[in-house]
Amino acid sequence: MAAHRCGLSLVCILIFSSLAHPSSCDTLEKANDNTATKRSISEVNTDGSVAGEDMNERQWQSTDVEVNRSDGTKTSETFTPAPAPAPARDQFQEELVIRPLHSGDIYASFQFRTLWDTDFLQERQKKVSHYRLFPKSLGQVLSKFSVRELHISFTQGFWRTMQWGQPFIPSPPGAELWVWFHHTVSDVDGNWKELTNVLSGIFCASLNFIDMTNTVQPSASFKPLGLGNATDHRFLRYATLPREIVCTENLTPWKKLLPCGSKAGLAVLMKSEKLFHSSFHSQAVHIRPICQDEQCTSKAWELRQTLNVVFDHYTSGQGKKEWSLFKMFSRTLTEACPLASSSKVYVDITDNPEGELFELSPATHLLSRAVVLGDRRTYSVYDLTRAETFGQLRSFNLLLRWKGDSGDMLRPLLHAERYVAGFGLQTGEIHTVIYNNHPYRAFPVLLMDSVPWYLQLYVHTLTVTSKSRDNKPSYIHYQPAKDRHRPHLLEMLIQLPPHSMTEVTVQFERALILKDLTSSALVPSMVAMSTNFTQDQPLFSSFVPVKEESSYFVRVYTEPLLVNLPTPDFSMPYNVICLTCTVVAVGYGSFYNLLTRTFQVDEPSPPLAKRLANFIRRIRGVPLLA
Amino acid sequence: MGYYSLLTTCAFIHLLVFMPYAYSNYLENKAGQFFSSGHTNNWAVLVSLNKLGFWFNYRHVANTLSVYRSVKRLGIPDSHIVLMLADDMACNYRNPKPATVFSHKNMELNVYGDDVEVDYRGYEVTVENFLRVLTGRLPPSTPRSKRLLSDDRSNILIYLTGHGGNGFLKFQDSEEISNMELADAFEQMWQKRRYNELLFIIDTCQGASMYERFYSPNLMALASSQVGEDSLSHQPDLAIGVHLMDKYTFYLLEFLEEVHPASQANMNDLFKVCPQSQCVSTPGHRTDLFQRNPGSVLITDFFGSVRKVEITKDTINLTSSVKPPIQRSGSSDMTIESLTYVDQLPVAEIIHQKPKQKDWHPPDGFILGLWTLILLVFFQTYGIKHLKHIF
Repeated sequence: MAAHRCGLSLVCILIFSSLAHPSSCDTLEKANDNTATKRSISEVNTDGSVAGEDMNERQWQSTDVEVNRSDGTKTSETFTPAPAPAPARDQFQEELVIRPLHSGDIYASFQFRTLWDTDFLQERQKKVSHYRLFPKSLGQVLSKFSVRELHISFTQGFWRTMQWGQPFIPSPPGAELWVWFHHTVSDVDGNWKELTNVLSGIFCASLNFIDMTNTVQPSASFKPLGLGNATDHRFLRYATLPREIVCTENLTPWKKLLPCGSKAGLAVLMKSEKLFHSSFHSQAVHIRPICQDEQCTSKAWELRQTLNVVFDHYTSGQGKKEWSLFKMFSRTLTEACPLASSSKVYVDITDNPEGELFELSPATHLLSRAVVLGDRRTYSVYDLTRAETFGQLRSFNLLLRWKGDSGDMLRPLLHAERYVAGFGLQTGEIHTVIYNNHPYRAFPVLLMDSVPWYLQLYVHTLTVTSKSRDNKPSYIHYQPAKDRHRPHLLEMLIQLPPHSMTEVTVQFERALILKDLTSSALVPSMVAMSTNFTQDQPLFSSFVPVKEESSYFVRVYTEPLLVNLPTPDFSMPYNVICLTCTVVAVGYGSFYNLLTRTFQVDEPSPPLAKRLANFIRRIRGVPLLA
Repeated sequence: MGYYSLLTTCAFIHLLVFMPYAYSNYLENKAGQFFSSGHTNNWAVLVSLNKLGFWFNYRHVANTLSVYRSVKRLGIPDSHIVLMLADDMACNYRNPKPATVFSHKNMELNVYGDDVEVDYRGYEVTVENFLRVLTGRLPPSTPRSKRLLSDDRSNILIYLTGHGGNGFLKFQDSEEISNMELADAFEQMWQKRRYNELLFIIDTCQGASMYERFYSPNLMALASSQVGEDSLSHQPDLAIGVHLMDKYTFYLLEFLEEVHPASQANMNDLFKVCPQSQCVSTPGHRTDLFQRNPGSVLITDFFGSVRKVEITKDTINLTSSVKPPIQRSGSSDMTIESLTYVDQLPVAEIIHQKPKQKDWHPPDGFILGLWTLILLVFFQTYGIKHLKHIF
């Protein structure tokens, strides 16, 4: 068996090298096993990564360790060359990537990928009605609303780029949804509205609050992540709800979409009590069409469910600097999902080449190297489809014990911040600061800003400065807001000079709205930047396809802004009543008195002597004195 | 002797003959009882009316979740429960144990659990949405999980908890619903045949005022306090810092924990839950609109779910499996052109992007008005006789 595999693997090496780009290789090593297979990440070529690997993977056994993708996902399918006449038409892979962070925390990223060779949108084929691994609820949504791509994410917490580096798949706080519709759709807005309602029912979230006031149509910041020929941005819709809460009720339906549910495989680790006791929690669903094979003549649908969580029990002082699967998730792994063709756990050991930083147990000889967002990283691999991973106790508990103190982390190359400046409740200024920390390279960055209509932007005050000099963007697209109809949309393509800080400022005025008493508004995160970065070695992310081998694409989100909106003065009615009554009393009252008062002459009362004299005179009947 | 033996044999034969008859009679009675309740499905609408953003209203959410838990445990599935929680307590930043809501102090019982589906949350819990759910008049794009799809054979349980007063309930601190509106909503449900029997439980201050005005048939109501009385909260938890549950619902939960799907406990036992000695307030109930005797109404008629089982002794032939559609290779000649991925940031393309062709919209009201004004002035000045020169 081993020899057979060896032979096949050798064949694979030859095929790979012919397909692969000569400039860089991504190596796959097995220390004990000398059937090392060399694979190249850059074989992505223009057909997309999956194409090349699919064809080659079909010749491998399912227990082979595969290369790790730059965002840590398994994209290649592995299934034994089956005696059945037709290959499996849908398949499922799951993986968990654990990255120990410099601060002593742990970043765990789950990815579940279901591939299905069918086309929901093709008319000549029979309507799809038999669902096996692909969840039926999503399949019906895709065909009913003619959706080409769907990306939805729910996030709690904010990703701290300076402390944690770049995430595998970024997401803004709250809920984010962006959808590419098929070009046959005639009423995109109507479909969008109904789609958000249906998704709010599926994911138990208040996505029905997405309407025209928070939906935008970006013209350049979003391109389809799946296959697509024409990109007409009229079929793209993007919306975020920064205030959306994520809790167990969102995780429950998300888990139910998995083929094994939460009963077997990596999903047993998802216990909400532990997952939400973290500083960052993000779950997402990404659906897109990808190449089915190398020739890329037909499509397959890919459903990726990702869950990223950062446990910070050490930095928040709640625990020791020691991690295990049981401590993180209160569960250990007992088996892989039987429906999965591959089920693996990867641990990032790049910073620990000789084991001086931390110690990993149970030890493994399987290693994998991959290039992630420009970085070469090494991973220890645990294959859960193998019985020996679970050991004697039939349970797999990964233990990570920190030995030394890690140094400072390298600064991330791209970083963005956003804040509101100004004072008072009438005007303000939104400042966006983008840091380019590369010493000598400049990159183009596309900034997308979506501001709600109640912050009235003054676009004539927009300034972009880098290194205290004016930096004119090469492309600006601005769509002003319409009150209660649509938000502002500002997209700019800016060249960031190397090792610089670029600041984008725009002034705004707050509109007075009587929304509720606690009137503050969350301005959604700016979906910022994409960068193109040239380096010697090709870099690739399997999630984001790139045409050139020597570039990678990064999307960075900034924090959402909390803006205080002016509230009406509720003591005003009282003040008005007092003032009015005073004015009426003083002004009108005196005027009325003047007009209606009659005056009578009043004689002063005469002195006593005179009164006595008058009295006597009256008795005598003589005229009185004056 | 012979006579006696004849008698015993006769008796024996009679017994043999009539025993199966008696047994079948017994079965028929049981079956009759099975169908006598008259309902075929169960629904529950559980609403928590606390104001958004107030941590000390934790107990209202815990109340609703404990009823949710009992109802799920006794068999009603999530698809038949409409759960409306006006605030998120479990993942609130003030919760020292995230993703949990406890009903007993010392964190004994987590009523939030791991398998909860909240249908309406946060700002979606409004009077309008509540009444729309009850009457079924929801916009067409509302998903199924947010609808009450009951029919005339459904038994519905409605549970409300929050802050209330004499004749009204508070929703989100800016709205209220009055007892008359609620009674009218139930009448609408009755007219539209949306329920077979309805049990209404309310745990607020002066809760009995809410069911005073009901006038539709087949309604039974329970309240935690009479008019003029306040419903009190039960015990605080020092770690969480708030009162965990209200007294009435706490004892209701304890009572329901004893009930299992096959239990024969009836409504009279439910009326005895939380007497004044335990609850301080006087719970009340109303059964005059209900047609059956409360003593014959099982708890599981409302809190549990009916599962009708049909036992069949014949074999049933399953239809042959669905043939998968034509393989990819057959249709590959149709799609020859190779599909590609798109560049995520095509800088050159973006810079030279042509400005978006804006769709033509008919002129705005302002423009129309301006032109009308101009035309009017023109015709005013030059007179109508010039019109024929124009047209």
